[in-house]
Amino acid sequence: MSSITLETHADRSKMEVSEEVAIEIRGMNKWYGAFHVLRDIDLTVYQGERIVIAGPSGSGKSTLIRCINRLEEHQEGQIIVDGTELTSDLKNVDKVRSEVGMVFQHFNLFPHLTILENCTLAPIWVRKTPRKEAEEIAMHFLEKVKIPEQAHKYPGMLSGGQQQRVAIARSLCMRPRIMLFDEPTSALDPEMIKEVLETMVELAEEGMTMLCVTHEMGFAKEVANRVIFMDAGQIVEQNEPNEFFNNPQNERTKLFLSQIL
Amino acid sequence: MSDMSYVRSEMLPERAPPASSVGIVGWARQNLFNGVGNSILTVLALILLWIVVSRLVPWFFSPTWNSASLNECREIVGTGHGHGGGGACWGVIRDRWQQLLFGFYPEAERWRTVLAFALLFVALIPVLFNMISRRMNWVLLLAVLGLAALYLGGALGIIVGLALIAAAGFVGFKALSTSKEDRAAEIEAGAKRLPNPLIFSAIFPFVAPWLLWGGSIWLPIGAALGFVVGYIAFRYLTPIVGSLAGLIIAVLATVIWWLVLTGGFASIMSSIIPIGLEPVESRNFGGFMLSITIGVVAIACSLPIGIVLALGRQSDLLIVKALCVGFIEFIRGVPLITLLFVASTLLNIFMPPGTNFDIILRVLIMVTLFAAAYMAEVIRGGLAALPTGQYEAADALGLDYWKAQRLIIMPQALKISIPGIVSTFIGVFKDTVLVSIIGLLDPLGLTNAIRADVAWNGLVWELYGFIAFMFFVFCFSMSRYSMYLERRLRTDHR
Repeated sequence: MSSITLETHADRSKMEVSEEVAIEIRGMNKWYGAFHVLRDIDLTVYQGERIVIAGPSGSGKSTLIRCINRLEEHQEGQIIVDGTELTSDLKNVDKVRSEVGMVFQHFNLFPHLTILENCTLAPIWVRKTPRKEAEEIAMHFLEKVKIPEQAHKYPGMLSGGQQQRVAIARSLCMRPRIMLFDEPTSALDPEMIKEVLETMVELAEEGMTMLCVTHEMGFAKEVANRVIFMDAGQIVEQNEPNEFFNNPQNERTKLFLSQIL
Repeated sequence: MSDMSYVRSEMLPERAPPASSVGIVGWARQNLFNGVGNSILTVLALILLWIVVSRLVPWFFSPTWNSASLNECREIVGTGHGHGGGGACWGVIRDRWQQLLFGFYPEAERWRTVLAFALLFVALIPVLFNMISRRMNWVLLLAVLGLAALYLGGALGIIVGLALIAAAGFVGFKALSTSKEDRAAEIEAGAKRLPNPLIFSAIFPFVAPWLLWGGSIWLPIGAALGFVVGYIAFRYLTPIVGSLAGLIIAVLATVIWWLVLTGGFASIMSSIIPIGLEPVESRNFGGFMLSITIGVVAIACSLPIGIVLALGRQSDLLIVKALCVGFIEFIRGVPLITLLFVASTLLNIFMPPGTNFDIILRVLIMVTLFAAAYMAEVIRGGLAALPTGQYEAADALGLDYWKAQRLIIMPQALKISIPGIVSTFIGVFKDTVLVSIIGLLDPLGLTNAIRADVAWNGLVWELYGFIAFMFFVFCFSMSRYSMYLERRLRTDHR
């Protein structure tokens, strides 16, 4: 797989990791029917960390981050996000979801609403922000992802890269403390991957806690402070990026890296 | 294979297409005379069309409008083939059109049905279209009410009517004389806006039955108060007992109000302030007025019920799901006529003796439930067509189930289902003629009565043609409206 070279080099000095725990996963197991997708996951994410999760398809990496905002339910173990444990209590689930932003592979913008309405919907209906204020916040983030001029168009009129940047802006409008990225660039043309990655780099430089499932190893080297490699539903290896790419330990990791780099 | 390399030195300019492929000639070549077989078919179709039109037009334009009986028609157009001779016998329509429209509704009270029909449009416009302004909606309402008052006459009627029409003219003049942008600027600057015309759309369901059935005005007001009671209960109990319990109590309060207290409220109030219209009994309802009443109620109620059923069918709650599936499958598995027979005869057996459960009300409930079951399946199709990503995105933003349904899922699912929904509407409207089987006098039921008259005995085409035409007007309008709506809601263009 070819990875895109980023033009802007991320400024690592800006990206500090605090001692504060953002996400705590302990002994988590998940099954789809009888199929054991996630096995004994233990993971602690600190505030300000940028974690890239890599692994072959079917290894459970998407499922893992979808468990963090309970788009998937886990059956065993604990997931504590920002001090709130995810259980079947819907109030906690909604609280966590409004604190955690998510960006999907296929953008999942709402096609019947304009870009601006996509961005203001959740702040207005979940956060009860007055419409005017929500629109100002939305325009602020649309400017940040560099598409304020598209605000009154519909998603179907935008390119894939633009749509994904709108999706990022839409999540940011909820002022999340944590962002989850589920293969944000996998459905994009190479030319558009770069604009989305650059937006993500900027976000990292502002100290956002990020978990990214991605195949963009260039992004991992440049931005991540930790790379997690998963296979067959378990965390096989994790390390800081330099060590991970130059000195992998597990055979499975070595094989994977030899195939994609 | 000597040299594969090629470099274009200049880009080609755009050229106009060849003349034979554009314009009328191009269109005809492509669509009418595209090959020998198609040319033959085109010519044959034109000949057939000519034969039909050349027979139909003389039949249609026959000078029989003023004839008083079929025999008189025959004297005018002569006897030829067919019942009316060489031409149509339109006298029957002139003689009986009022009956076809109103059934046996008392003549002096017919203005009420016309007013209800006109108000139906005033109520529907803000719901169906967004092309006329808020102020024009109020102009329409004032004008309709003013005309009704003028028609009723009397000194009071004329004064009120003129006042209303003057008010309509004033608001209308102001609305037309200020442009959209100026108005927007005025509102920005704090000008008072007229109330939302949807307020009238919400009142109309209470006004219309009162106009049609008459009786004391306090009954529809009491019925409307039921919703107020429910709302108050919901508003003030929810913080105390939680939203689900609050909702259940609110619904119970509303139902109790309707079943137990409304009657008392209405009779007390009408003994204090007696305002009312001459009551008209359901058995006098008939003609298109009956069809439209049943059709409009069934259409308006089946959509929300269908949405709830479709959501229930997709629910994770086992009992809710089982109830919805059971209801839908049962209703869809039974012919409408069976349900109508149940409404007309069987229900009486279960009612306590002496209960007067209005026959039209019973039919309305049955037709609505029937339409709702079909509607639920149409909407389920729309829901199934939505990518799961939409649900996930709504969830991930922290929207709860009802907000996600209302803001994200339903707008899209309904948009996808528009053709199916409107087909169901049209089907329901046409199915209203089935009520003639249980003795209600819809237009088809009335044709039998008209043809039993000695003067018109033997007429078929003119009556059924007229009824078909009327139905066509309504159904075709609905079909065109659905196409308009699809165009308006199309946002996926690139």
